[in-house]
Amino acid sequence: MIEQLEPKSGVLARKDAIVAGLRRLLPGDAVISESVRLKPYETDGLPAFRQVPLAVALPSTTEEVAAVLSFLHSEGVRVIPRGAGTSLSGGALPMADSVVVGMMRMNRIVDINYADRVATVQAGVTNIGITQAVAGDGFFYAPDPSSQLACMIGGNVGMNSGGAHCLKYGVTANNLLGLRIVTIEGEIIDIGGEYLDAAGFDWLGLLTGSEGMLAMVTEVTVRILRAPEGQRAMLVAFSSNEIAGSAVDAIIGSGIIPVALEFMDKPAIHACEAFAHAGYPLDAEALLIIEVEGCVAEQDDLLAQIAALCQPFEPISLRVSQSAAESLAIWKGRKGAFGAVGRISPDYLCMDGTIPTSQLPFVLRRIGEMSTQYGLGVANIFHAGDGNLHPLIMFDANEPGCFERAEQFGADILTLCVEVGGCLTGEHGVGVEKRELMKVQFTPIELDQQRRIKTAWDPEWLLNPSKVFPLPDRAALEAA
Amino acid sequence: MIDTPDDEAGIVSAIRAAADAGEPVLVQGRGTKLGMLRPVQAARSLSTRNLTGITLYSPKELIVSARAGTTIKDLEATLASGGQHLIAEPPDLSGLLGEGEQSVGGVVATNLSGPRRVAWGAMRDHVMGVRAVNGAGEAIRSGGRVLKNVTGLDLCKLLGGSHGTLAVLTEITLKVLPAPELTGSLAFAVQGAEEGVRLLSAGLCSPYGVSGAAYLPAEAADRVPWLKGQGAMAIIRIEDFARSVEYRLGQLLAELGGTLLDDETSRAVWRAIRDVIPLRTEPGDAIWRVSVRPSNGPRALAAVTLAGGRGFLDWGGGLLWCAGSPDIHDSVRQAAIDGKGTWTVVRAPDGMRAAVEVLPSEPPALQRITRRVKAAMDPRGILNPGRMYAGL
Repeated sequence: MIEQLEPKSGVLARKDAIVAGLRRLLPGDAVISESVRLKPYETDGLPAFRQVPLAVALPSTTEEVAAVLSFLHSEGVRVIPRGAGTSLSGGALPMADSVVVGMMRMNRIVDINYADRVATVQAGVTNIGITQAVAGDGFFYAPDPSSQLACMIGGNVGMNSGGAHCLKYGVTANNLLGLRIVTIEGEIIDIGGEYLDAAGFDWLGLLTGSEGMLAMVTEVTVRILRAPEGQRAMLVAFSSNEIAGSAVDAIIGSGIIPVALEFMDKPAIHACEAFAHAGYPLDAEALLIIEVEGCVAEQDDLLAQIAALCQPFEPISLRVSQSAAESLAIWKGRKGAFGAVGRISPDYLCMDGTIPTSQLPFVLRRIGEMSTQYGLGVANIFHAGDGNLHPLIMFDANEPGCFERAEQFGADILTLCVEVGGCLTGEHGVGVEKRELMKVQFTPIELDQQRRIKTAWDPEWLLNPSKVFPLPDRAALEAA
Repeated sequence: MIDTPDDEAGIVSAIRAAADAGEPVLVQGRGTKLGMLRPVQAARSLSTRNLTGITLYSPKELIVSARAGTTIKDLEATLASGGQHLIAEPPDLSGLLGEGEQSVGGVVATNLSGPRRVAWGAMRDHVMGVRAVNGAGEAIRSGGRVLKNVTGLDLCKLLGGSHGTLAVLTEITLKVLPAPELTGSLAFAVQGAEEGVRLLSAGLCSPYGVSGAAYLPAEAADRVPWLKGQGAMAIIRIEDFARSVEYRLGQLLAELGGTLLDDETSRAVWRAIRDVIPLRTEPGDAIWRVSVRPSNGPRALAAVTLAGGRGFLDWGGGLLWCAGSPDIHDSVRQAAIDGKGTWTVVRAPDGMRAAVEVLPSEPPALQRITRRVKAAMDPRGILNPGRMYAGL
């Protein structure tokens, strides 16, 4: 079980009064306090960690969120913001003395403005929901995390989510224009708006990826983009990770930036093929999925250039998708990678480091050695263009000690990512999962600087307080 | 006397000395933007101009790192040698602010972006990592040298556009991209801003990847040699591989009409727009940069013109560059508010700079947080005090 901050005994003792207070602010069905109904909120996309919260509040408007936060602030109650609960790093893990404030009822598209290429939506709208709302008119919202069918835009802002296409279109932070937020004191503030550059401090940038520690986001204004005329994927298989890495270098070095450039190693290829039947070559050590955009002639042109760039690396196979359906199948395998690994292993941990792309062969070799050492299988999915590596560590939670071994394996991989010049997390966030590893990436001074900024927004540390930062060193606290 | 250390340790000592003495510091890069926002009254002055040099350039990883005082000119030259460019196309404002080579630290600290911002993001969007020294004299890092990083709070964004009020940037890592093989444009003679912005919007709402969209009233167009004498102009740009550019311009020409500009002309015209050459300014003028909802751009331009100012629109109508007598500040401010946007005073006589809101003031609830964040970064309040907001 993950260590949490000590629950506030006063808050636990006042549960009934706190729930009654919430019920005065929200409709009856919007406050949950019965233990059987709290159960679904005890975990998120990192189910290894569970904690039933004190209560759950489901506001429907920004004003209700403000009333709830103001009340909880006055009561000194910790708050866990929650979207769809898809965080892979435990970002929405509750604490025993916390109230989960869920965004699922705030699921309205507020405004779509094609002339200015912006849409304003409530925080509980799903990622795919934005694209679905504008797709009929030929537009889309660019960031596309694998969980996009379920995950909510408010959570995307909290974690600064990425996706397979951010090599071209950027991550969440690059596609936002405005936020409506509620501070822990219950103040409603608009940040940015339907214009490109706000004057003054870049609060929008700071809040994005702040993992719900600074404020709650209730409304989001995003850029929507006109969809390209078309897109097509190609599959290129290689006989080693090193050779595939060199091919990636050759493509980027040529000046072509594909809209997506995904890498899978052999275990990932096998898992995904068994799941999606996309025709991935099973004899390959490494596979690249490369996608380009434009009209058919532009696609042909770019794919031919990329094929020519790959030739010197003697690909085992090279297949250009001939239809939209074939491209979809190719992507189905990649986007279903986590589920696919779930089918071949009882449990898995999905890691999320970033490395300088030049370090890929070395890092994969080291991961292979660690895999042997730990006796645990690993499949690697890699956003090759931007260096974001997702090792999926396979383990069996029913085997005593196995989860701890998998966790340690993961920590070693992320430490390696930092050592080669990368970072702990490219798009999943620190959450509770990588909290203690923050000391590997940052100095104590740097962590204190970040903590002071957290304190500036949330002086009493009530908003998602046990995330991101290493828990205070108990010994140091006792000595003080 | 300006202190110009040549390494980060020197910046640390200078700030510690100032913090110990409790004396404010005027923080600057190469000093080309000292005329922006409010004047700073400070006993000390600290420049990063001697922190120079590119510390990492990895074209295949799309990454470049440079010390903060490295000139944009040097950085662009290095990138050009690798066939790459700065994505946000930062403007060279020496025509407005006086001669001098701006530094990468200055451009990031002011978050200035050029025409490509409309499609490819602002300067701050491409800052992947920073090293900086906070007001307590502590060296800190945020981000790194990889393209995707959500580890911890994003201080790269917080420091970008903070005008040296929170920390002194010492080194910056940027994402870069291949420079386009070909640049082409379509220019349209139009009756006015409404028609111009409608065309720009049509271009930006097309699937052809428009990377520049500006409207120039006749007087502004006349200051750009290739557009001179044709009245008010709307212009859109495509940059990519040559065959793509030719195909897409052909499609846009068929859909929207207009006149094709070749590669050389396009590059010259967009450089002029980037550097705000179309804006005529008089010595005593103030200059504002107003960011509004793009479709509100024409109304904002009309309001400024009615008040006696001049201007032109970039970013599909969303960026109004304007100039005029300091007396029209209230009109510019109101035009920004009516356009549901914001304004920045880029240049003004000293009296006006100290007297007006050079940026929109924040709502009171946010002001309280801003003060606490300032104290969290700069506990003694010594870095560029008053530069952005009076008393901060």
